[in-house]
Amino acid sequence: MAKQASIEQDGVIIEALSNAMFRVELENGHVITAHISGKMRMHYIRILPGDKVKVEMSPYDLTKGRISYRYK
Amino acid sequence: MIFLKTKEEIELMRQSNMLVAQTLGELAKIIKPGVTTLELDKVAETFIRDNEGVPGFLDYNGFPNSLCTSVNEQVVHGIPNDKPLEDGDIVSIDCGVLLNGFYGDSAYTFEVGNVKPEIKELLRVTKESLYKGIEMAQESKRIGDIGHAVQSYCEAHGYSVVREMVGHGVGKSLHEAPEVPNYGRRGNGPKLREGMVIAIEPMINLGKRNIYMESDNWTISTVDKSPSAHFEHTVAITKNGADILSSFKFAEEVLTLQS
Repeated sequence: MAKQASIEQDGVIIEALSNAMFRVELENGHVITAHISGKMRMHYIRILPGDKVKVEMSPYDLTKGRISYRYK
Repeated sequence: MIFLKTKEEIELMRQSNMLVAQTLGELAKIIKPGVTTLELDKVAETFIRDNEGVPGFLDYNGFPNSLCTSVNEQVVHGIPNDKPLEDGDIVSIDCGVLLNGFYGDSAYTFEVGNVKPEIKELLRVTKESLYKGIEMAQESKRIGDIGHAVQSYCEAHGYSVVREMVGHGVGKSLHEAPEVPNYGRRGNGPKLREGMVIAIEPMINLGKRNIYMESDNWTISTVDKSPSAHFEHTVAITKNGADILSSFKFAEEVLTLQS
């Protein structure tokens, strides 16, 4: 059975929650909770509200995502 | 997390995939104009259970049957119904089995009666692109190499590659990491390592690549209603290259006897 590919979208950080979780507003207007990816954690990349980021989301749960890149 | 399988676990997965291969063989015997996809589903479910397996798709995220039967412009995840197959149709059968704790997953697109030559060619190229992708499934390569091989071969023939649906890792769960898209750039993506077991499944459309989900929340169809082909093998990555765990030999033996 084929799997649905995970969706990559851009968004803006609205709010920092605890445990490296963030509230992100996507380009299409949806607001989701996303966590910082392990690779960014490993390289000590900080994310602050107002940053533009790339978020990876599963098509099976569109309310949660993973922040995989912070744009300059 | 990509789970790596031991040699013993890969042998168990070979058994699950052999049962899928035999099921496809049983279905090849009865596919003809007038048969309904629901009948195919019943035959498959009975055969799988008789051989001590469990249908892998039944109740997977709520899927109602044991087979995905996708006719003509349906790409994947078609739900079996009582509409009879017609002469000239193509039907992609995707079958999954849970045996000894491990899943098998394989798919084949069958011709029903007399199919137009350009659609026969679509099926031939799609099946060939699967093997081109499998050639790339070796320890030194990456996931993107597989997708690139499938995409370049199919697009060279003028067909389009579906983006939203992808292959996947297989093991104790039906869908595992990594995702195996049928498009990609060479040298991109996770590295292929010994012990990985992935399902490579090219989904190729005769027309444009755009697809949509039907109102049953499962069936994926092409937007321009062009036919779509789907072939799938479960492949283990070993030190000596790709080890194809599933097989089309049972189905193709029946098809050569019929023609």
